[in-house]
Amino acid sequence: MLSLQLASITTALLLLLGTPLAWWLARSQSRWASLLGAIVTLPLVLPPTVIGFYLLLALGPNSPLGQFTQWLGWGLLSFSFSGLVVASLIYSLPFAVQPLQQAFISIGPRPLEVAATLGAGPLETFWRVVLPLAKPGLYTAGIMSFAHTLGEFGVVLMIGGNIPGQTRVVAIQLYDHVEALNYPQAHALALTLLVLSFSLLLVLRLWQRAWIR
Amino acid sequence: MHRLLTHLTLAALCLLHAPAHAAEVLVAVASNMAEPAKELARQFSAQSGHRITFSSAATGKLYAQISQGAPFAVLLAADTATPTRLGQEGLALADTQFTYATGRLVLWSVAGNTPNEKTLSAGQFAHLAIANPAVAPYGQAAMAVLQRLGLAAQVRPKLVYGENISQTQQFVATGHAEYGLLAASLVWRDGRWLSGHGWWVPSDWHAPLQQDAVLLRAGANQAAAREWLAFLRSPAARATLQRYGYQ
Repeated sequence: MLSLQLASITTALLLLLGTPLAWWLARSQSRWASLLGAIVTLPLVLPPTVIGFYLLLALGPNSPLGQFTQWLGWGLLSFSFSGLVVASLIYSLPFAVQPLQQAFISIGPRPLEVAATLGAGPLETFWRVVLPLAKPGLYTAGIMSFAHTLGEFGVVLMIGGNIPGQTRVVAIQLYDHVEALNYPQAHALALTLLVLSFSLLLVLRLWQRAWIR
Repeated sequence: MHRLLTHLTLAALCLLHAPAHAAEVLVAVASNMAEPAKELARQFSAQSGHRITFSSAATGKLYAQISQGAPFAVLLAADTATPTRLGQEGLALADTQFTYATGRLVLWSVAGNTPNEKTLSAGQFAHLAIANPAVAPYGQAAMAVLQRLGLAAQVRPKLVYGENISQTQQFVATGHAEYGLLAASLVWRDGRWLSGHGWWVPSDWHAPLQQDAVLLRAGANQAAAREWLAFLRSPAARATLQRYGYQ
C-alpha cells in the first residue's frame, strides 16, 4: 500500500535527519536554536493546505528549488512519489523532532560528563550513552511520524495530482470515495486507517507504561 | 461590559428585524461557476436588494453536505444528475430544476504554449491536468475527449487529477502541468483569455456539459431564493454567463 510505503520511508529519513537536529536544538544555547525550533514546530500549527500550497509554488518550474531539481535531471517533484516524501518530511518533522528533543533534554548533562571523564569521545558518547538513554524518545518519534504521515491529506492533495499507484495515498482515495458517494468503500478504508492508527498509538502507550516502571 | 452586551443585543435584534424584502440566500455552487455566480449575484442584488452568500465546492461534495442537512437554499450544480437525485430523494423540489448554463471545455496552457487541435495527439507534454472524472463532470468530459481521439491509453500515464476544476487550473497556472482540460469559465472573459492561451474543444466531442439549478428543501419557503432562480433564467443572466464562456 502506497501510504505504508510513504510513511516508512518518511519515518526512516526523519529519524536520520531529525536526530542530529533535535540533539543540536536540545544542546545549543544559541539564539538561532530558538528560531530554528520555532520553524521546525510550524508544520504542527499550519493548515496542511498552506504547506501544500507553498510547496506547490516552491517546487514549481520558475522557483529556484524547481530549477535546481530540473538542473539535477530529476524534473519537477510535484506529481511524484519523491515529491510526496519531501512534503511528508516537512509535514511530519515536528512529530519526530519534538519527542527526540525532549528525550535529549531529559538526559541532562550528568551522563555526558561521566562518559567524558571515562575517556569517551563525543561520537562514542552519542552512540553508547545518549541514544540508549533516549530510546523512549526514538520510539515515540518513530511511531508518531509514521502515524502522522499515514493520515496525511492536505499537503498531498495540493501537490500530488491524485495519480493511482504514485500519489493517490489512502486519505485521498478515501476522500474520492466520499465525493463520488461510494460510502461503503469509504467506510472500509476509514475503518482500516482508524484501526491501524489506533493500534500504533496503543502500542506506543503500552511501551511508555513499561518504560516508566 | 454591560454596554457591550446592550450593543450586541441591539445588533442581534437589528439582524432579526431586517426588512423582509432584503433577505439573504445561501447558495451552494459548483466550482466552475464560482466566479460567474458572484457577478450574477451582484446584478441580482442591485435589482432586488437581496443578498446571495455562496459556498463553492465540487458538486459531489455539495451533494454530501446537502444530504447531511446543510442549510443551502439553492444548488447550482455542475451536472444534471445531482439535482435530479436530490429531487428524487426529497431534498430538492424537482419541479424547480432547470438548465441554467451549458459549459465549454478548453485546452489551456500558460507560458509560451499555444494549444491547438493537434496538441493532444502530438503529446509533447509531461503532464496533462484534468478534473477527477470520478467526481467532476468536466473530468468526465475530458476523458470522453481523450477517448474520442483514441488517446486515453497513451495519455493516461501523463494525467494528473485535480480535486475540482479550480485545482486543475492551479496545476497548470503554477507550471506543474503544461496543459489542462478546464471549464472555459475559469480562463475566458469577455472575448479573450484571462491569462495564458486556450483552444476551444469542439462541444460535440463530449456529452453536453449541462448544469442544472434546483431549489432545495431548506429554501422552499424563501421567496428570495425563488426570485434568484427566476433571475437565472433572465436574458441578463444568460448574457453574463456567455461573457464567461458558457453557451
